[in-house]
Amino acid sequence: MSGLTGLHVALHQDSPIPLAAEFSCAPGEVLALVGPSGSGKSTILRAIAGIYRPLRGRVTVDGEDWFDGGRGYHRPTHRRAVGMVFQSYALFPHMTALGNVMAALGDLPPHQRAARARSLLDLVHLADLYDRRPEELSGGQQQRVAVARALAREPKALLLDEPFSAVDKATRQRLYREIAVLRRGLNMPVVLVTHDLDEAAMLADRIAVLHRGRTLQTGTPRQVTTRPLSAEVARLVDLRNVFEGVVAGCDGDGGRTIIDWAGLQLETAGGAVVATGQRVSWVIPDGFVLLHRRDRPSRGEHENPVPGRVESVLEIGQMAHIVLRPGHAPELPLHFSVPLHVAHRNGIEPGVAATVSLLGEGIHTMPPPRG
Amino acid sequence: MDWTALFLSLRLAAFTVVILLPIGIVMGRFLAYRNFPGKGLTEALVALPLVLPPTVFGYYLLVVLGSASPVGQFWEALFGRPLVFTFEGLLIASIVFNLPFAIQPMQRGFEAIPREVRAAAACCGMPPWRALLRVELPLAWPGILTALVLSFAHTLGEFGIVLMVGGSIPGETRTIAIAIYDRVQAFDDAGAAQMSALLLAFSLVTIALTFAFSRRIGRRLG
Repeated sequence: MSGLTGLHVALHQDSPIPLAAEFSCAPGEVLALVGPSGSGKSTILRAIAGIYRPLRGRVTVDGEDWFDGGRGYHRPTHRRAVGMVFQSYALFPHMTALGNVMAALGDLPPHQRAARARSLLDLVHLADLYDRRPEELSGGQQQRVAVARALAREPKALLLDEPFSAVDKATRQRLYREIAVLRRGLNMPVVLVTHDLDEAAMLADRIAVLHRGRTLQTGTPRQVTTRPLSAEVARLVDLRNVFEGVVAGCDGDGGRTIIDWAGLQLETAGGAVVATGQRVSWVIPDGFVLLHRRDRPSRGEHENPVPGRVESVLEIGQMAHIVLRPGHAPELPLHFSVPLHVAHRNGIEPGVAATVSLLGEGIHTMPPPRG
Repeated sequence: MDWTALFLSLRLAAFTVVILLPIGIVMGRFLAYRNFPGKGLTEALVALPLVLPPTVFGYYLLVVLGSASPVGQFWEALFGRPLVFTFEGLLIASIVFNLPFAIQPMQRGFEAIPREVRAAAACCGMPPWRALLRVELPLAWPGILTALVLSFAHTLGEFGIVLMVGGSIPGETRTIAIAIYDRVQAFDDAGAAQMSALLLAFSLVTIALTFAFSRRIGRRLG
């Protein structure tokens, strides 16, 4: 790891919090650390800021060491050019919005601080609220003060620790748009910690999937949600159709692979990761499970047809979430969603027979689970 | 009315509070933020004067500060007069027996500052001393004020330890609490009543003002 620009992180320790995290974030890039609670994502963020000192590893920013476990170097937080937005915002309750931002401008000559703080608050649309204390601001307004304060030092790394978890949904949607606009003007690496995959996919250029302190996969939102590296990643990014099978054969030139899934032969569009006869994990995202029309045949129904019986239909908003028990293996339920009107028109309700196609281009094979 | 005793008490309380302020901030902050082996024991030691009989406490102070002890001898070599039965000895005793009254409220005050707020101060580029002045002290202020008032009031009222370590030397160690006791012993009911009423009124007003003030700060800080 000899990165010159941007943020480079490698953290390793076995206890008290296990860490085996490695990732980089380029200037101007937004990297989301995604994982369930307790996956160590906040700890990693705190280690970058220097609030937490890990046992081993290295953190460099623009070629400068912030932490180097090898030579026992740990630069104190206040000397790291870091901007951090905390989950609780952690505004100074005894200072006004302006005071909070000015508090981070200690490096500027005193007479320039107020003007600079005002321009930062203007940037986050808080021009009328300079003199309000945190308790007099709404959650969304507090978050904006926290963002302005984090940007005040012109940080070399901007760290956002679940910054949207404490506001209501409508405010969150508005803040997403604001952040998306704001980030275009930022030229430092931005690391966003979230447990919300949709949020990560919306705001981040790349996602690092974390589990128990370990970075399991780093890639674009599309890569990690359609081409997970392992069944573990697939489950962490909320893919529910994760199964095991055996590679039954390969078609060398077309790169097509035949998978035996509990006796049913499935044709996939990609090459297999293991040799013929070996066990393999495979996954198909919801969007590649195609419901056949029940009244008459339709396009694509020759592609990996799976007949079965509908177990449940859950209507959420305009979507129907359907669980189908395949006829050949009822113990391996398939999950998929269709627009509500499609479900209604096809008479999809618990107990009816239905057939789906598993589109070959959506089937992704992965190494089998260990053990 | 023994004005000398009253002024001596006020002087003792003022010195005590001034010296306890930095000690309390350092100790209270340390106990609030750090976890270390023996923390429980340290806190127990700090709290000891709350439960120990003043006579027992006074006895040990006499042993430690007396002319036969290394501390007492060192003091005598330095200043040419003994430590016990002097104002300075009384001040040391007063500082020690006020440690829990000073440290505990300050510790609570620092503990009440969210960890993230302290981390945010560092992330804002504030060196530790600046974070202390700009963020921690303003936020821990109600606890610090409570500590100072309790120590002050407690010094005015302490009797047993003062008698043990200081005796009752007019102008040197006879505090108002001792003076009241002396007046009662001398059947001077009027004198005792006057001084008692004054002490009562003074304590009540101080405490009431503190409570009102810290509530106002508490509201302001949310």
